[in-house]
Amino acid sequence: MKKTSQMVAPIFRRYWRERIFLALALVALFLSLAALFTLLIDIAFDGVPRLNWQFLRNFPSRHPEKAGIFSAFVGSIYVTLITVLVAVPIGVGAGVYLEEYATRNWLSSVIELSISTLGGVPSIIYGILGLELFVRTMRLGRSLLAGALTLALLVLPIVIISTRESIRAVPPSLREAAFSLGATRWQVTKDHVLPLAFPGILTGVILTISRAIGEAAPLIMVGALTFVAFLPRGILDPFTTLPIQIFNWVSRPQKAFHANAAAAIIVLLAVTISLNSLSIVLRNYYRKRFPPRAF
Amino acid sequence: MSKRSGWMVLLGAMFLFLMASGVGAQEKIIQIDGSSTVYPITEAVAEEFQSVYPDVKVMVGISGTGGGFKKFSRGETDINDASRPIKSSEIEACKGNNIDFVELPVAYDALAVVVNNQNNWVDYLTVSELKKIWEPEAQGKSFTWADLRAGWPKEKINLFGPGVDSGTFEYFTEAVVGEAGKSRGDYIASEDDNVLVQGIAQDKYALGYFGVAYYLENQDTLKAVLIDNEKDEDGKGPFAPTPENVLQGTYQPLARPLFIYVSAKSLAREEVQKFVTFYLENARSLAQEVGYVPLPERAYELALERLKARKTGSIFGGKGATPGVSIEELLEREAN
Repeated sequence: MKKTSQMVAPIFRRYWRERIFLALALVALFLSLAALFTLLIDIAFDGVPRLNWQFLRNFPSRHPEKAGIFSAFVGSIYVTLITVLVAVPIGVGAGVYLEEYATRNWLSSVIELSISTLGGVPSIIYGILGLELFVRTMRLGRSLLAGALTLALLVLPIVIISTRESIRAVPPSLREAAFSLGATRWQVTKDHVLPLAFPGILTGVILTISRAIGEAAPLIMVGALTFVAFLPRGILDPFTTLPIQIFNWVSRPQKAFHANAAAAIIVLLAVTISLNSLSIVLRNYYRKRFPPRAF
Repeated sequence: MSKRSGWMVLLGAMFLFLMASGVGAQEKIIQIDGSSTVYPITEAVAEEFQSVYPDVKVMVGISGTGGGFKKFSRGETDINDASRPIKSSEIEACKGNNIDFVELPVAYDALAVVVNNQNNWVDYLTVSELKKIWEPEAQGKSFTWADLRAGWPKEKINLFGPGVDSGTFEYFTEAVVGEAGKSRGDYIASEDDNVLVQGIAQDKYALGYFGVAYYLENQDTLKAVLIDNEKDEDGKGPFAPTPENVLQGTYQPLARPLFIYVSAKSLAREEVQKFVTFYLENARSLAQEVGYVPLPERAYELALERLKARKTGSIFGGKGATPGVSIEELLEREAN
């Protein structure tokens, strides 16, 4: 039997290791937060003085103090909403099929591999595809619809993957119980699997929104424009978005335009956060209605 | 029940939105795309035009001179902004789609060769010195200021310049090296001129080039180098990139005319006609306002005549970037 003094040393060492690990984890957290806050403070410093009602309500202008983001702001909201309306039903449908219906064979593995590959394709490639497919072949022109369909393709992998993961988290015992009572697969999916998976699917939607609202490159490729001093009145109208406007202002020589860019970034952040909060509220509501229980 | 009615409202809203899009199709829209250098002028004109004719919607994109010509030659845009004359391959593409165009000069732009403002040794550079620095053969050689001229510091010249997709790159290489697109590749390149400004502002031994507007906004940190093309018939150099020197044709070969190309098919539409006329009538004041050198009054008059006569084709014969075109030469070519 060892003496107490012999045991104390290793315990001491283990506690030290514990502390060092904690310190490293804190440093990692601090570094990422510090980078984020430096960025936010820098932008707030440049942009907040420029924020006012006129800035939100004015169209772009060559006079930086008269220029505003109205058309870009409205364009961003429209594009993002249409993207979500298109991508979510298709993505969820694909996810349900792959998880609940598809049999495991080489075809489903190929599909699976393609989806994860598509998730990593640079967004400009989707822009080139969108230009040829939607703008030229389908003759949608440089319209909101063409832009939104391009972004929908871009975010589809995110929706499909998050749908599949949340469906997979639904316990099989639940399905088996429903099957044993004679429910069809569609009934099981509609009444049991989807309601339980819904909060997870909404997480995917949140990621979708954040991705879609920040994209500029594919939209420029599809033909979103930089100077648009009117609002789109329908889904076939031309448009511009906040990231494009920001990109343009940042590249101007005049410093006053750089302040405009900073202010537009603040608005873009605010829009992203509010759209995301909406999804989070929805998700919490559904979590309460269908609380995940131990089965 | 409430869930279902929510979906109905959503579907109804989508339906209304789709219906509204039918109205949108009949509007008067003018589509413009092309060079980012010409963009500020076109933007200014579009802004003013829309305050006079609110029923016409003008939209301007930026996809570069070449990218813009690709869309223009497919008939997707009405007007293309160009920081260099159209190339023969682009003329061919237009012909293939039965697109005739009217070429109109709108302003002059100067490229500034820029150093850090702590650089107190460079007084001027000749074009052949610039060539020595930038030609492809210089690639990989560590070049010091002393190699350029005796007495200058023995410090490496750190080079900054625009990326290969930009019209500015194409023009500078044509004017300095002698062939468009031929340049050493081992310099710090960025499509964003502000990145170049930052880089040169932080490096005492840096040298770079970009549009003069970026120099004018950053005179507190940068210094423009005087340029001598060693041809005394253009005036005895060296010359600074000032509007006077650009207009008198002495800041050569780094001053270039900017253009808009208008599709003849689109000119049949009244609103396009009105817009282009408005452009030429107001380019003088607006170009100056956004930092470019306006052409002499006579040039705009000649351009208006060209527009009225619907004279199509390019006066540059498809050569693309053409350095050393003076205002007089431009006028002469315009008049014929």
